[in-house]
Amino acid sequence: MSVDTSSSRPVDTSRPDGHVDGGDAPQNGRLGPLGWLRWGWRQLTSMRTALMLLLLLALGAVPGSLFPQRSADPNGVTQMIARDPGAGRVLEFFQLFNVYTSPWFSAIYLLLFVSLIGCVIPRIRHHAKALTAKPPVTPSNLARLPAYQARELLGHDVQDVLGELHRDLRRQRYRVARYTDHQGRPSISAERGYLRETGNLLFHIALIGVLLTVAIGAGFKYTGQRVVVEGQTFVNSRLAFDSFDPGRFVTDASLPPFSLSLQSLKVSYVQNNRNAIGMVSDYTAHVTVTNKGGGVSRSTIKVNQPLSVDGNDIYLLGNGYAPQITVKNPAGKVVFTDTVPFLPQDANLTSLGVIKIPDGLAKQIGLLGFLYPSEVNSTSGASFSNYPALINPVVSLNVYTGDLGLNSGIPTSAYALDTSKLTQIAGPSTPVHSLTLTPGKSVELPNGLGSVQLGAIPRFASFEIAHDPTQYPMFGFAGLVLAALAAALYVPRRRVWIRAEPKPGGVVRLEYAALARGDDPRLDAALTQLSNFAHQKGTS
Amino acid sequence: MTPLLDQISLILAYSVIAVYVCAFIGYTLDLGARASAAVQAEAPALVAAAGATMLAPPPQLETSPPRAGRGARAGFALAILGMSLHLAAVIVRGVAAGRVPWANMFEFSLTGSLLIMIVFVFVIRRTRLMILGPIVTGLVVILLGIATVGFYVPVVPLPPALQSAWLVIHVLVALLATAFFGIAFAVSGSQILAAWQEKTHRLRGRAARVVAALPPVEKLDRLAYRLTIVGFTLWTFTLMAGAIWAGRAWGRYWGWDTKEVWTFIIWVVYAAYIHAKATRGWTGNRSAWLSVIGFAAVMFNFAVVNIFFSGLHSYSGLK
Ligand code: HEM
Repeated sequence: MSVDTSSSRPVDTSRPDGHVDGGDAPQNGRLGPLGWLRWGWRQLTSMRTALMLLLLLALGAVPGSLFPQRSADPNGVTQMIARDPGAGRVLEFFQLFNVYTSPWFSAIYLLLFVSLIGCVIPRIRHHAKALTAKPPVTPSNLARLPAYQARELLGHDVQDVLGELHRDLRRQRYRVARYTDHQGRPSISAERGYLRETGNLLFHIALIGVLLTVAIGAGFKYTGQRVVVEGQTFVNSRLAFDSFDPGRFVTDASLPPFSLSLQSLKVSYVQNNRNAIGMVSDYTAHVTVTNKGGGVSRSTIKVNQPLSVDGNDIYLLGNGYAPQITVKNPAGKVVFTDTVPFLPQDANLTSLGVIKIPDGLAKQIGLLGFLYPSEVNSTSGASFSNYPALINPVVSLNVYTGDLGLNSGIPTSAYALDTSKLTQIAGPSTPVHSLTLTPGKSVELPNGLGSVQLGAIPRFASFEIAHDPTQYPMFGFAGLVLAALAAALYVPRRRVWIRAEPKPGGVVRLEYAALARGDDPRLDAALTQLSNFAHQKGTS
Repeated sequence: MTPLLDQISLILAYSVIAVYVCAFIGYTLDLGARASAAVQAEAPALVAAAGATMLAPPPQLETSPPRAGRGARAGFALAILGMSLHLAAVIVRGVAAGRVPWANMFEFSLTGSLLIMIVFVFVIRRTRLMILGPIVTGLVVILLGIATVGFYVPVVPLPPALQSAWLVIHVLVALLATAFFGIAFAVSGSQILAAWQEKTHRLRGRAARVVAALPPVEKLDRLAYRLTIVGFTLWTFTLMAGAIWAGRAWGRYWGWDTKEVWTFIIWVVYAAYIHAKATRGWTGNRSAWLSVIGFAAVMFNFAVVNIFFSGLHSYSGLK
């Protein structure tokens, strides 16, 4: 019976020195600078440092989930700072609003990867040698190895038995060598599972590949968002985006000039499940695309089903209504007419929109509009929407006059109205009620400023256009990570030795021993299989 | 029709809890009985050790584990009965929903705990590690209790963001990984307990005997490792499949969304665990603690992140 001698790993010469441990501190203080450098490098590339850096990486990632991050939730950051400026400053100091791009977080993973490279290179060299070397000489005392058996065979030629075992091991894809020790005892030394170390190295290399691909991708990819109202067309160019986030090496010429028209955005709602009435069951954007070569095609875009055009992927990210608003001066001349995207505020698409009219009227006016797709009145008289489709659409407008702040040169958001320099002339907190509009209806603005009319209420879709030239290399490395990991974890790497010793009376004593690298639950079974095999051959 | 099936599934889930509670009791009684027999159990190990140097016929692979007692057999039978009901609950829920039954917290818990039980039965059949019985059935009872009382939502159709083949594969693999990590956690926990008792002898009486009846620390260590590497492989896949799905749905593979952050943290903690196994001074107890921390992170990611953190992955189905 073989016993599990201990949980510690068997000594394995296929592992480079200093691999399990970084080595001890220099013995004497009189180490030259080069010596210290070498010592530092050995520390950095030691397994213990790798472990510490991994733990630090995990720990360092935590705060990014506790505090809002600028990249994902800029509003959250602003609100947090506004709520508690003191704490905000502290968090800012430690870069806790930008954890994943912060120098300290980057330092952790860069050190980890430096350590990784420093660790992998000597192992590649070592493994290359192991791949071409013969299995090692049979140890003199096999009984000391973690798996060991001995059996005796009667009436057989030693070389015959070893020959059979040799062939069997070859069949099992062991690399086999034959040795004879100084007492003249013949033995077999065999090794298999080089793929384990190959997998381990490829796994770590693929991780470097993933990191490099991310780094390179960041320079060459871009994403842009654009709201498109039904019936409108969008041309892929930098200026056409509502927001655009290019990598460092993206130029205007990198954007292929395709165009996209939104014919319609069809939304279906759940009708037949009383627990989910009004829940969206499907969004489908019907679009017409003209690619950069001029080819025109019709297509659809859904959530989870982006459309690929000229190396760009177009995603459907959001939707809402864009009421058609027309404003006329008292003489009846149109000073503004457009579809205005209103931003949804809740699941029933109560939406908020802003209309700014700097010119054409006696004063600058700003309109803050609420759209209720299916308006109902609560007992308190306030309006709300109880269904997201346009069953009973109502737009109510609060009216402001004064300075819209458009001439100051500071860019302003089209979706926000800065009321600090404006006076409200209609809506809550003024004597005049908000203006209430239904499709086709027109109402007078207060103070004889003109009139506002609501036309149709088409939908808008917000699209994201993304281009990432590193997509396929990324898939490649990810696949390699997974495949190599499987090899590294599940391919057993083991050495097997068999020594034959002729005994008096035609008896052959066969000793079998095995050593595994890493965890190998089938080590004993492998020996049993071999000894059974030899026994069957022996008795046949 | 659908609400009826939905109700049937829920009633099945309640019965499953009842049966598992009985299994838990059976396993616990067995531990008690085992504790009294613990003294005898040390003998076979010595024989086995002596056998190592003997010229013997081909040895058995493992020391044959002590035969299951009556409590354990009852516990096992009840666990199997509970699992059949459990499977029925999952299938009926899937039929009621007309889709895979893992799209919200209730369904994650229902299906995930079934996977934990399946991995558990598989492991206990092979290793006879009876202490897993009460730990795992207890854990599953708690999970199902919280799920039925706290997370239950009636069947609703999938929102467009979840209508994807990736839901089927990414979430299922994540749940399976969780099952492996969960059993590994139970093993590592036992290992820590055993090592602590070995060192301090703080436990006395029956508790001490229960711990003494555990397999050797090294054996627990190796079992936990084997379970963890399977979990880790599945988790690696989960992380990648999630990134690919995010790329399909949102146009970016990785955005450090809260759920993504925690998936990453879990992955790194288990990578650290695997490294710890090969680092001098970190094998044994310290790495077992990493396994415990890893599973705590898994649970945190599942329960706390889903419910209390906002982000793109707000799929708990709870309002
Ligand atoms: C990005 C950071 C790293 C990650 C995510 C990582 C992940 C992993 C994983 C998953 C394994 C298990 C697969 C296997 O056994 O081949 C592993 C093993 C290993 N890694 Fe890393 N690793 C990282 C960095 C490093 C570094 C810096 C070193 C060198 C100091 C290193 C050395 C090793 C060694 C020697 C093994 C084999 C352990 C064994 O025999 O069980 N790794 N690593």
